[in-house]
This record gives sequence, C-alpha cells and structure tokens, in this order.
Amino acid sequence: MFQVRLHGRGGQGVVTAAEMLSIAGFSEGKHAQAFPSFGSERTGAPVVSFCRLDDKEIRRREPILEPDCLIIQDPTLFHALDVFQGLKPDGYVLINSTKDWHELGITDRIAHLPQAHVVGINASALARKHVGRPVPNAALLGGFAAITGEIHLDAVEKAIATKFDGSIAEGNIAAARAAHAAALGMELSDA
Amino acid sequence: MLKQLEGSHAVAEAVALCRPEVICAYPISPQTHIVEHCGELVREGKMGNCEYMNVESEFAALSACIGSSACGARTYTATASQGLLFMAEAVYNASGLGLPIVMTVANRAIGAPINIWNDHTDSMAMRDAGWLQLFAETNQEALDLHIQAFRIAEQMSQPVMVCMDGFILTHAYERVSMPTQEQVDQFLPPYTPQQVLDPANPYSIGAMVGPEAFTEVRYLAHEKQLQALDVIPGIAAEFKAIFGRDSGGLIREYETEGADTIVVTLGSVAGTVKDTVDEMRADGKKIGVVTVGSFRPFPSAALREAVKHANEVVVLEKSFAIGFGGVVANNIMMSLQGTGIHVHTVVAGLGGRPITMPSLHRLFDTALKGELEDMHFLNLQWDIVNAELQRQREQIASGPTAESILRNIQTDTARGTPTPAAE
Amino acid sequence: MTKELTAEQKVKFYQKGTFTVGNRLVDADNRSVQASMERSNAITSGHRACQGCGEALGARYALDTAMRVTGGQMIAANATGCLEVFTTPYPETSWQMPWLHSLFGNAPAVASGMQAAMKAKGKKTRIVAQGGDGGTVDIGFGCLSGMFERNDDVLYICYDNEAYMNTGVQRSGATPGGARTATTMPVGEAYPGNVFGTGKNLPRIAMAHNIPYVATASVAYLQDLEAKVEKAMSLEGARYIHVYVPCPLGWGCASNATINLARLVVETGFFPLFEAEHGKVTATRPIRQRVPIEEYLKPQRRFAHLFKTDAGAEAIRKLQAMCDHNIAEYDLLREGEETLA
Repeated sequence: MFQVRLHGRGGQGVVTAAEMLSIAGFSEGKHAQAFPSFGSERTGAPVVSFCRLDDKEIRRREPILEPDCLIIQDPTLFHALDVFQGLKPDGYVLINSTKDWHELGITDRIAHLPQAHVVGINASALARKHVGRPVPNAALLGGFAAITGEIHLDAVEKAIATKFDGSIAEGNIAAARAAHAAALGMELSDA
Repeated sequence: MLKQLEGSHAVAEAVALCRPEVICAYPISPQTHIVEHCGELVREGKMGNCEYMNVESEFAALSACIGSSACGARTYTATASQGLLFMAEAVYNASGLGLPIVMTVANRAIGAPINIWNDHTDSMAMRDAGWLQLFAETNQEALDLHIQAFRIAEQMSQPVMVCMDGFILTHAYERVSMPTQEQVDQFLPPYTPQQVLDPANPYSIGAMVGPEAFTEVRYLAHEKQLQALDVIPGIAAEFKAIFGRDSGGLIREYETEGADTIVVTLGSVAGTVKDTVDEMRADGKKIGVVTVGSFRPFPSAALREAVKHANEVVVLEKSFAIGFGGVVANNIMMSLQGTGIHVHTVVAGLGGRPITMPSLHRLFDTALKGELEDMHFLNLQWDIVNAELQRQREQIASGPTAESILRNIQTDTARGTPTPAAE
Repeated sequence: MTKELTAEQKVKFYQKGTFTVGNRLVDADNRSVQASMERSNAITSGHRACQGCGEALGARYALDTAMRVTGGQMIAANATGCLEVFTTPYPETSWQMPWLHSLFGNAPAVASGMQAAMKAKGKKTRIVAQGGDGGTVDIGFGCLSGMFERNDDVLYICYDNEAYMNTGVQRSGATPGGARTATTMPVGEAYPGNVFGTGKNLPRIAMAHNIPYVATASVAYLQDLEAKVEKAMSLEGARYIHVYVPCPLGWGCASNATINLARLVVETGFFPLFEAEHGKVTATRPIRQRVPIEEYLKPQRRFAHLFKTDAGAEAIRKLQAMCDHNIAEYDLLREGEETLA
C-alpha cells in the first residue's frame, strides 16, 4: 500500500487533489481511497487530505499516520505545523516551491531522506500560466507521477478530465505535464 | 460498472436507480453531498418524474416524506446528527403510520459541544423509534443497502434508516460497482402501497388509539421487526443472486473460527478492525470480528450463534449511554444472557476521534491478556479529564466544561491534522 | 371522479320528528345551503364535537365546498387538535374523504409532501391542510411559512378559536390580550388575563409571503366562507384561509352563542374579513352595524374579569383601540356597498 498525505490551505484544492489522485489510481486498475481531514475549514485555513493506493481492497479508514509521500501545496505551512510527522524514512516529499530547502527552513527535516525523493516545483506559477489561477493541486499530481512512479502521467490527465471540464481541464492537464517534466528535471518545449 | 466515486455520490446514484418519486432535502453536514447530488440527478432528468423538495427543516423534510409516502409515492430523504433529533417526532410518527420511507443517516455526533464529526450517537438516539436500522461498512455496501432498503421497507411497510459513517464514508472516494438500471428494476418492483390516500377509496389514517389497544399496536410493530429478521437475509440472498455480491444481511463474520476473543462492531471501523485482526492472526493470536449489519431489528440469535465458541466479546462502539455505558454492548449482553461469555464495552471514536490500528492493537492485546476492563474508553486522555475534575473541585463556579478543556488542551485539531493525543 | 363522493350523500336522520336536521326535510328547491343535496358531507354527522362547536361547522363548510369544486379529487392533512380528535374516535371516522393525521406541528409539510406525490404521479388530486390556531400560528408556523415560501399547491385552513382547546384552554399565540385561559389566569389588578403583546396576525404574515390568495372568514357568514374556499380552489399555489370559530367551552359562552359571537367579532371590527391576492388586499367586508367591543366581550366568561377592575377597563380600552385601528386600516365603515347578510 502506498499512502499519500496532502497538506495545503482551504481554497487550494487539497481535497480535490486527493480525489483526483484516487481517480488516477483507479484508472490504472488500482484500489484507491481518498478522504479529507473532515474539518469545517474556511478559505486559508490549513487543510489535510489523504489518499491510499493498493493492488487489493483497502479496508482501513484511519488517517494516514505514516505516509509514503507528502504533497505540500503551501510551503508557509512548514512554520504552522509539523507536516513531516510520521513520514517514512524512504518517503517522498513534493513541495510547491522552488526555494532552496534552507530558505524554507526544512533542511534538518529532510536530511535523512534520499536526495531524489525531495522535489520542489513552482506548481502555483505553472497553474497561473496554464489555468489562469494559482491553484497548484492538479499540477502537483503531475509531479507526483514523476517522482514516485506510482501512477502514470496519462492517468493523472484522465483524472483531471474527470473532475474538470473544457478549458479548465485542458489548462490543468498542461500544468500537470509541465510539472511532470519539471520534476524530472526537464523543461517542456512549450512550458 | 466500476466507478471511483465519493460515497455520497454513490448513494445518490443508487437512490436514483431505485426510481424514487419524492425526495425531501434539508442540508446538514455531513449529509449535504448526498442531497446535492440527488438534486443534480433530478435536474438532469435522471430520476424520471421525481419531485425534489427543498424544505425549511428536518422536521419538515420527514413530515413531507410522511405526506408523500402516504399518497403512495416512493419517498427518500437523508439527514444526520442534530437533524435526526430535530425530526425525532416525525421519526416515530413515520414508523407508527407504517410508511416505507428510506432515509440515509450520515452518522455524526450530537452537541453540545457542537461537533460535526462522526460517531453513532444520532442513529442510536433513534434506535427504538420503530425504524429498521442498517449500518454500512463500506461505500459499496452503503450503495447496496439503499437498494435493499427500498425492498425491505416496501415489503414490511416499515421505514428503513441506512446508516453510514459521516465523512469517513460519505466523503471518501473509493471504488464501487454501480448496478445497471435493469438489475435494479429486476430486484425492486414498483411500489404497491399497502395503504394509500386515494379519493376513490377514502381511508382515514392517523387516528388516536387508547389504552385498550395501544400495547397490541406496539407489539405488532415489534412482531414486524422480528419478521424482518427473516426478511433481511432473504433479501440479501436475492440481492446476491442478481448483483453477484454479498451485501447487507444481519451480521457478517470474519476470522471467527477458533477465535477466543471476538470483536463486535458496526459501521466503517470494521475495515480497520479486520486489518488489525489479520496482523494479529499472523502472529498466532486467536481473534475474530463480527460486524452488526442490522441494528434494528437486533439479530440476537445470529449473534449468539456467531460468538458461541468465544470466551469473550469486545464490543467496539461509537456510541455511549451517558450515566450507564455502551449502547450496542447493552444489546449484546442481553443477547448473550446465560451463555457465560464475558462482554467488554469499548467506547471509541466519539466526535470523530480517529480509531487507529496501533491503538486497536494495544486494545486487543490487552483483551487477549485478560486485562481489559469491563468498560473502557479508547484513548481517553486521563490527564485532561483529571485536570478538569481537579479544577471543578477547586472552583465552585466551574464554567462551561467544553470551553475549559479547550483552553487547556494542546490540540492540532484546529490546525487540520488528526489529534496526536488520539494515539 | 366518483359521483358518490361528490354529492348526494344520504343524510341519516337520527332525530326524526325534531328540528335538528332543519330544512333537509323540505323539497330540494327550498333547501338552504346547509341541507343542499350537493353536499359531500366530507365530515359526516355523528362526530364528537361539543355543542355549538365553531370549528366543526367551519370545517364542514370549508371542506364540502372544496370537495364540490374539485369533484371529490381531494386529500386532507390534519394537525393534531380538536378537529382531529373529535372526528376520528376509531373505529369510527367522520371523514368521507382521504384524510391523514400525522403530528401537531407538521400539517403544512405533510400537505407539501402530498402535493409533491400527486405531481410526481401526474394526478390532479388537490390537497387541503388544516389545523387550529395553536397548530398554525405557534407549533406549525415554521412548516407553514416553508409551504408558503415554496408556493406549494396547498390550501391551508386555520380554524382559530384563540387558544389550545384540545388540551384544556391554554394560551396560544392567537389568544387576545386580556383573555383568561388556563395559563393566563387573571389575578387582581396586576394580571388582567393574557398579556397584550405585539400580536401575531397570521393572515398578514401569510400575505407577506406574496402567496396567490389569503382570506379571513367567520362561521357567522357561511356563504362568504364558501365563496372564499371556492375562490381559493380556483387558484394554484399556496393559499391560506383563516376562519374565526368560537369555542363555547373554552370561551365560557352558551353553545347557542357561537354564530352571534362570530358575527359580533366582525361587526366590532376586532376580526376584519378580507381577501388578498399576491400580498395585496383585494376586498374587505364593511361593517353593517358597528358595535362596541363590550358587546362582544360580555357574553364570554373568559373576559368577565375585565369588567371588575380598573386594569380590566384599561384592557377593554386597548381591545377597542384594536378594533378602531382595524376599522381605519381596512376602511370598514365606508358606505354605499352591499354586504353579505
């Protein structure tokens, strides 16, 4: 089982991101379970969502205490709460920021992780460019596919097309592709 | 057809397949996504001639259901928590009138203190209201139970409550197998009411009944629920024949064979318990699980049979009778009277506190060692309780308890992560 | 539509040789409206209402009219209360129409559900809901406002006898200031009966919802009541009729005073009769012969204490002022108009 915990703020589509991730997993024939951290949170408040991916039925419904991957949609959360809580020693961290780790103040927290497992992407900028709004959730899923290999980019694209319509879907798909390339250290020619 | 859906949407789509004629809606978290999606499906023309009514309260919602059901319309509504209590008078009325309404309860705690998270206090408060109460373990089962509920309700002429854990199921995306309209039509015939308000054959319904017959009326309602103990498994079997999967029924057993300790629970926590039991079984520990699918009628005989070889039963429940103990446990103790099986009550998950596998491991290990007390509160923070008790002893004007505790407690709840103290 | 349900119900003459059945014994042409062969007798004889019950009279006329207009295609929802209790002492029932009693405070919502069912089934059957003043202005108020606001196709009829009579005459939101009830007992000068609050004028509140039709009626003017029900049933959407129905038991008056009090309450201006459509008053019934409020109060023991103390006299002055206000508000003393007998 691969467990993902997503941190962000109300309005950034944190819950939708987990849902899209589960849809992407489903489209690849996996069992997937996504759920929010059940709060009555308003715009701007810290929000957590969860997604489990597995090859067999997922029965447990506890919050994810020991994630295999963290997706941090808002780097200002590092100051607000301990997002790294329970992260597995070989876990992944995907951060919506291209600042260096020192500037983000997380150098100590990620020192023990494999270097390639911690990746920063300016997903908000990609979203602003491709969608017109700095909503980083869909773009980060492209990055997730790149760094973890748990799902493929085309599954992410399918999930985005399930959740959104028309130009919003197209924009988010473009942002996810760009983020996927960025996470692999490449640049798309049109990005 | 396999779909990856939110639980609420899965339920709304299942309800649509049942061809309801009237849906009454009043929003309350965590039920909202169900009625929102029902409304969408009606507007998109996917529910035929269904009338979708937005009403002004839960009391009105179920009252309107009473009116429409009495006119022979297949009728559905959904609620939760305070909403279920606000409609309480109509809950009793609907069953007393024998109206086959189906209602989803997206289980949520009752305030004060106000709490929007999951536990079973709401449904349990209405356990004796004459409704059948079916509890879903997964979103697949929630979906399936709604289809079965209309069959059971209309066959028994009794209302059915389908209880699904708020947020944990209603807001969870997972894989469900959505039946076809043909399958549902094969399983669920059009509603033929046993009594209906019709100018061609005018009935008066809702007369006063005095002491001369009230006991008999109540006994007959009980008798109907006892009959449902046979009807529910029968309908689950028919369901399996058409849809090809086990869903519903009275109870479900898991790893009970050879188990010395059997955990009895209900609702979505059963999955977490099963995963825990698998790990314990792998360590050679003799533990199993029984999930109660039908809480009303209560399947005493089936339960007795399922646990008869065990030494002890650990009832894990998300409800609590203040001043007494466990609600579910009380029903189980009644059912096991005379068997000598020891019953422990474990109150867990109140107001949305996560029930985690590490804490279940500790709990069940304690039980297997014979050290579990009769009444246990899982992950109760004794330091907070004791501090507040101490403060109340020192200060006569103690002030509101909830606010006093919150002032002292360091919790991450407000910041959106699960309470570490729950571990 | 079944003919048997709509008209020519056989009336059973239980008391032959008396005048009880009135002019039902005369030729059809000479019969009054009470004994018309057209009646459906929706609430048939033999129910257990008290002598002189205004509610039984009002309900019978209102429902028979609605039955006539709809050709018997009608279902009634009933709030808990006297009307419910005295009509259904099972195994007997007075209702010769489909009728449902659910709860005290939910009749408007039950009726809303009924009309939704009829819409879903594509049936033309119409829905009437009814309750007393307690069930309407107090406990059923939320459901009623919801039914109005959605403009559900329901005619709601309130039979107002100004207190909770079914439970033994306790104050309701419709009890007038100064009145004695079991919960507003007058004590000396300090407590001259029910408080004078701001009042709860439900017909005006109904009008504030801009529903298609609102009317007030009194059982002293049965043809007026029938005309208003007929008008209401000719319209679709939410409609409201507030019928003034004296209660001899609760008011402490003679059982033969019902009609007289129902007339005096109109002639004093205390209960103006009017119709309104979409929030605007369209017709009022002018006062034919104005009478002071005392004439209305005196025959009722619930007001007897007002005539004994200074505080009571003040209460009477306030009640008269309310009449004067209504007379001005609705221009009830205008001249040159025909009025109903």
